[in-house]
Formats: sequence, C-alpha cells, structure tokens
Amino acid sequence: MTPDNPSRAGLSPASEAELGALIAERFATCQPLRITGGGTRVETGHLPGDTLSTAAISGVVTYEPGEMTLIARAGTPLDEIQAMLAAEGQALAFEPADMRGVLGQGGTPTIGGVVAANASGPRRLLAGACRDHLLGVRFVDGQGRVLKNGGRVMKNVTGLDLGKLLCGAHGTLGVLTEVALKTLPHLPDRCTLGFHGVTVEEAVAIFSAALATPFEVSGAAFRDGSAWLRIEGLGPQLGYRRDRLLALLAPREAELLDDAATVDLWRELRDLAHFAGADAPLWRVLVKPSDAPATARALQALGGEASLDWGGGLVWYCGPGSPQAVRQVALHATLVRRGGLTGPAFPPEAPAVARLSAGLRQRFDPAGILNSGLMDR
Amino acid sequence: MSGIAMPRPDAGILARAPQIVAALREVLPEDAVIWDPEETRAYECDALTAYRCPPLAVVLPRTTAEVAAAMRICHEMRVPVVPRGAGTSLAGGALPTADSVIIATLRLREVLEIDTQNRFIRVQTGVTNLSVSAELEPQGFFYAPDPSSQLACTIAGNIAMNSGGAHCLKYGVTTNNLMGATVVLPTGEVVELGGPEMGPTGLDLMGLLCGSEGQLGIVTEATLRILPRPEGARPVLIGFDGAEVAGECVARIIRSGVLPVAIEYMDDVCLRAVEAFAHAGYPDCAAVLIVEVEGSPAEIDHQIARIREIADALNPVEFRESRNADEAMAIWKGRKSAFGAMGRLGDYICLDGTVPVGQLPYTLKMIGELSRQHGLEVANVFHAGDGNMHPLILFNANKPGDLERAEAFGNDILRLCVDVGGCLTGEHGVGIEKRDLMTKQYDGPDLEIQMAVKDAFDPRWLLNPAKVFPLDASQPWREEAAAR
Repeated sequence: MTPDNPSRAGLSPASEAELGALIAERFATCQPLRITGGGTRVETGHLPGDTLSTAAISGVVTYEPGEMTLIARAGTPLDEIQAMLAAEGQALAFEPADMRGVLGQGGTPTIGGVVAANASGPRRLLAGACRDHLLGVRFVDGQGRVLKNGGRVMKNVTGLDLGKLLCGAHGTLGVLTEVALKTLPHLPDRCTLGFHGVTVEEAVAIFSAALATPFEVSGAAFRDGSAWLRIEGLGPQLGYRRDRLLALLAPREAELLDDAATVDLWRELRDLAHFAGADAPLWRVLVKPSDAPATARALQALGGEASLDWGGGLVWYCGPGSPQAVRQVALHATLVRRGGLTGPAFPPEAPAVARLSAGLRQRFDPAGILNSGLMDR
Repeated sequence: MSGIAMPRPDAGILARAPQIVAALREVLPEDAVIWDPEETRAYECDALTAYRCPPLAVVLPRTTAEVAAAMRICHEMRVPVVPRGAGTSLAGGALPTADSVIIATLRLREVLEIDTQNRFIRVQTGVTNLSVSAELEPQGFFYAPDPSSQLACTIAGNIAMNSGGAHCLKYGVTTNNLMGATVVLPTGEVVELGGPEMGPTGLDLMGLLCGSEGQLGIVTEATLRILPRPEGARPVLIGFDGAEVAGECVARIIRSGVLPVAIEYMDDVCLRAVEAFAHAGYPDCAAVLIVEVEGSPAEIDHQIARIREIADALNPVEFRESRNADEAMAIWKGRKSAFGAMGRLGDYICLDGTVPVGQLPYTLKMIGELSRQHGLEVANVFHAGDGNMHPLILFNANKPGDLERAEAFGNDILRLCVDVGGCLTGEHGVGIEKRDLMTKQYDGPDLEIQMAVKDAFDPRWLLNPAKVFPLDASQPWREEAAAR
C-alpha cells in the first residue's frame, strides 16, 4: 500500500453537474486531480493533486432483467449491484475481482471503478472482459464537459465506440458518471475439477485440451501445483460436461468440488487470496497461453511465486524481481502492487501507439489533470 | 440521385489526377492501380446502390506494405482515401467521391496462422467472413460473427463496421472476437494493436478502431478469437397471432436463463413474401420466432423443453420442433431467403436501428402506423434477442419521389428507435445513410469528442470523407485540417 499524501483535499461531488463544474474549474487553473471510485483497485497514492471520488454519484438508474441491461451511476457499490442481479438469477458475467485483500485497502468497490479498470476475473476466458459487456457511458472529460457515448442496447455501432476507450483508461481520459452494462443469466449449477501435483507445463496442457472442447469451461487457473477447471451448466448440462471432460483428460485423476466448494475456490482464485496480506510487488502479465509455462518459470527464477488464470493467458507474479528484469521476461507486464517499487506501473507502448495514445489524452484531457501520469509515465 | 448530400469534389485534386495516378503506380505493382473510367465504374457504389460516384482511382494492394505505400502517397498529395472491403455496406460506408482514391482490401487474401492451442487465427483482412470458418472446420473450430452477407463480406469490412449476425446473441459481435489488428494509419504509418494475448494493457485503441467505419485507419491483418464448434444446434419455430405476444415471448426466454444462440423474428408481411418465394411451409400468422439452441442432443432437448414451457403459456398458434437436419434446414430456409424474397416484391431500404427488447412490441406498432402515414409497405425481419430491428421499406425506384418518401419513412423509424431508448444502427454502420441523423442520438459535445478522436488519428481528415459525422458539424474540423 502506498501511503497517501495527508495534505490533499478530498472532493466528492454529489451529481454529474457538480462534477462537471468542479473539473471545469480545475481545467481553467490546471490543477491536477487524483480520480477514484472506492479507491480499492489501483494504487494512485503517488499521483499529484486533490482526491476526487465518484462515490457520492451513486444509485441504480434502471435494471431490466428481461433485456439483460443494467444502468448505474458510477459510485454505486458493486455489492449492491451484485445482490440486485443475483435476486433475478443474473450476474456480471466478467466476474470482477475484489482487490482489497491484495492491495491492503479498505473502501467500497464501485461499478465505476470496475469499468475504469476493465476489471475482469476468471470467467473472462469464456464470457469476455468488462469492456465486452459495456453498452454505454456518461462521463466528464478533462475540460468539464458532460458527455455520453453508446447507449443501453446490446447492438450499437452508431458513431465511434468511446466506451472501449474509457474502459480500462483508469480515469485518465474522463471521469465516468454512469455506465450501462449487459447482464447475463447466472448458470444455476457448477462444479470444479482439480488436478493435483501437476507442473505448470502440465497445467497448460490440461487447459488447452479442455478449452478446445465445446463444454464452455468458465475457469482455468493454476496455483501451487494444482490446476483447476470450472464447469457451469443448466439442467443436465453440468453432469454431461463434467463426464466428457473427465473422459478426455483420463487417466489423470481429478478431485471433484461441489457447488459450494466451487464458489469458494473461484472467489479465492479471483481475488488472489494466495497473494493477499503480503507486501511483495505483484505483477499482472499477459501472454499467449502456450508461453505461460516458460514465462512463469522465468519469473519464479527471479524469486517469488507465479500463478495462472485464463487458461494460461494471465500470469500473476508476486516476488522481488526488479521492473527491468520482469519486463525483460514479459512484454505485457503491469505492476499492480508496488511493494516499494517506483517507476511506471504500465508497460511501455510502441512509439507509434504511444503517439496515438498521447494524441487522445491531449484531446480528452488537454491540461493533463486527470490521474496525470498514471498510465503513461 | 436523392437526398443525401456529398461534398463537392476538389477541383485541384481532379486536375492533378494524372500526377496522383503516376505517383501511385511508381510505388505499386502494375496491376494494382486502376484509373480507366471503364474499370473504376465497378467501384462507384456499395450495397446502398441509390448513391453512385466513380472514384479518381482504385488501388488493389496485396500486402500491408503496399497499403501503407498508397496511403503515404495520398497523405502527401492530400487526396481523400475511401477504404473498401467487399462493398457490401448497406449504409454507403464505401461510397467514393470523385476526388478520392479507393484502397480496397480484396487482394489481401492470405490466411497467416491458425493456432488452436492458443485459440486464434491470423488473416489478411481481404478474406471473406465465411472462408475464415471454412478454414477452421477441419480443426473443429469456428469464427463466431456471421453477418448475413458472410459469403461475400470481408474481415476488413466486418472490423470497420463491427459486424454482428444472427448468432451474436450468444457469441457477441466483431469487437468481442477481435484480438489484434495491423493498422495502416492515414499517414501511411503501420501500427500493431493487440495480439494473441488477452489485452489490452494500455488504452483500448483496437476497441476504438473496431466499428470506426474507416475513419481512423485501414486494418490489413487481424488476429481473431476462434471457438470450438458446438456439438449440435437445433432451431424451433414458434408462431404467434400478435406481435406483442411474440415480443413478450422473447423477453421471457431471455429472463428464464436459457441463452439461445439466436432469436429471429419475422412479421406477417415478410412471412407471406417468404412463403411465395421459398415455400418454407411457415404458418400464416402475425409473427414467427425462430429460436436456436446448441449443445449435445440431451442438452438441446432440455433447452427446447424450457422454451416450449415458456411459449405454451403464451398460446402460440404453432410450436414446431426440428427432429433432424432436414427439418432444421427447413425452419431456417425461409429466414435465410427473407431478403431475396423481399427483393422480388420490389425495391427496398433495409434499416438497422436497435431498441431495448422490452420496447419491441410498441416499436412494431408504431412502425405500422408510420407505414400507413407514409403510404409505403414495411416488412420486419430481425434479430429479436438483442432488439436489432431490420425494417424493410418497400418502394418503387422507377417512380419519381418514391425513394425520397422511403428515406423519409426510414428516418422516422430511426428517430423512433432513438426515442424509445435505442440507437440508429445496430450493425450496418452510419455511413452516409444515417450521417445527418447523428444529431438525433448525440448532442453537439458528444459528436465533438468523437470528431476530436478522428482528428487524433487523421489530422488531414482524408480518410473516408463525408461519412459518419454530419457535414455541417465536421466542417470546422475539415477546414482546420486543410489549413494544416
């Protein structure tokens, strides 16, 4: 956890209009702002300026289960939304993680923070990322303009898709005030197959075999010598898919976890319980799944531990490796928990891509006041 | 020629045509540059055939480097560029101007890499949508987006328009299945966005590019997510005696937790046309739903039983299950021939607005009223699961004023879609067709920020001119760009 600057003011506008006025004023005077939702997802303590939270811009605007559509203000607590969806047998299929344990932070995760971080958990493998479920946004740009893009319908190609840009921009292009998301039926039955005493190479081989089937594996993760596959289904689907996968992976022995154990295990995997409560730097590394074993081994050689998610497409590395050493192993490495490290958290972009990104930042936030330097320094 | 204005061609560029062609020929192979008016005429329009204009020249590159070379010339000589895939746009997205050079992706036809272990395929973007899935069939995989023009349309066009298709209810549209893109920027610079990793780590430039209708760059290579083929799929046909109750059935199916891969809707006008054309044996009723589910035989049976339960509570006039592949094909036959069948009734405009699923019954009722007001018949056939409507307005192109009446009717329908909480276009794109309606959906500043994004990619405003943004809104941007 990065210590916060005690001298900064905390601002929490109660409405979109108030937020717009506040940013317009800061734009005029070029005063930076540190943007947060619940402050639970990204370390921003090192950024300059007063803290601007969207927590007070809160509340579900509409939820239509028959249309699989939710519209909520950015500060709405994630818990509140998940409970509301669960009551209708639906969920946010991209399964955003709760990062509080890993980052050692209090606070209440918000839906705006989820979207700003494009936070996507184990089910991304099957269902896509947060950005794939985002239908529309309202936001305030770096000049204080209140803007909207997209809408609330599931198919929409009207104009440029700025939601994709805002999703994962961590507040650097604009401050989200409202998001429209697609919701999906929460499949009622689930189980997990656990393969123990396997190497990282064997784990990825298990994942690749399972993910080449039509059985819609919704989680494929590895930690501490165990590879886990999550299966979900409706009615007879679950047993059928389980049996077909067991037959495919025979003669490997698998432990079978029931519904309740599955829910607990995947919550732990999602929230990185195995790396919580520690101080060491934590890296999120994206690779081609077949490159995961070599990457994980090279990172572990720097000291510390690695685990896999997304069938090997995501490597988590917790250890003392220097940024230089980590980035030498992995091109797409983001520093999630600094653990005392300084320097850029995000990987460098190719020069031409960096020029495009800078051009966009210049147009969305001409004075450079929104989470200044978070992504590009 | 009809109501949608295009900017007056730049006389200076027209006068420099020989030099422009010569410069292009210098950097491209002999057969890659077309400027003979007899030949450029083939590129004068896309599938919005009411609007035509031959371009100054057409470039048919075979590699990313050739696309980049052509773009660089056009950038240096300040010549507008119109990107073109297969030219199947229904919105005029590939309509040239007389002073523009078309850069077509048709000859970029290589499949570069198939990697089933990491679940992607990398292709040059001139390959057709259907051929991508055909390439993957031996490996047991497929590429999910399936626009109805999939036999002809190319991946480049799919990316430009963020194309969907019947099965996107379950699998998403192009943006959800695109992992990486090689992009030629308007300056001729080449950038790689995304790749086989599940990114991005920085700003989602690829997400921005997908569906940008050729405003930001030309995608020459793409990495696409591939999926294992389902074990089987089976449709059911459900007939109802009212549009409203059919709409209710759609909402109840979605709410039930069964997630079909497709829910298609056809109304009575369409049903009659299809019957006369394809003899699909559809019931004569107000509305038909085709609902398709996937899985093993037992899974399919279970899902169909759930759907039957939901439908039965709404008193359908018919619930038809397919017991084998032939019966399944018979159920899809009419839907797949719908556009051909409508074509036999005369000329039509195909619209593409999306509405919230709960607003479908009201929207259908209002479209019926607008049809009476405008004195033109309309048929409705669309992807009901996601509210993406495709009203087909029938008119007679040979009758003076009929196209204009049809366009006015279409604009009223699109305004209605926005009024009920939907949007102007679900999968066809804005193009020129809906350009001037953009102010209905977006306020001035909402459009300004989109044009600012265009400006960041295309500082000379040369790519795909007069599309997407209303001409009066983009004028200050274009003037400033010209002065740079």
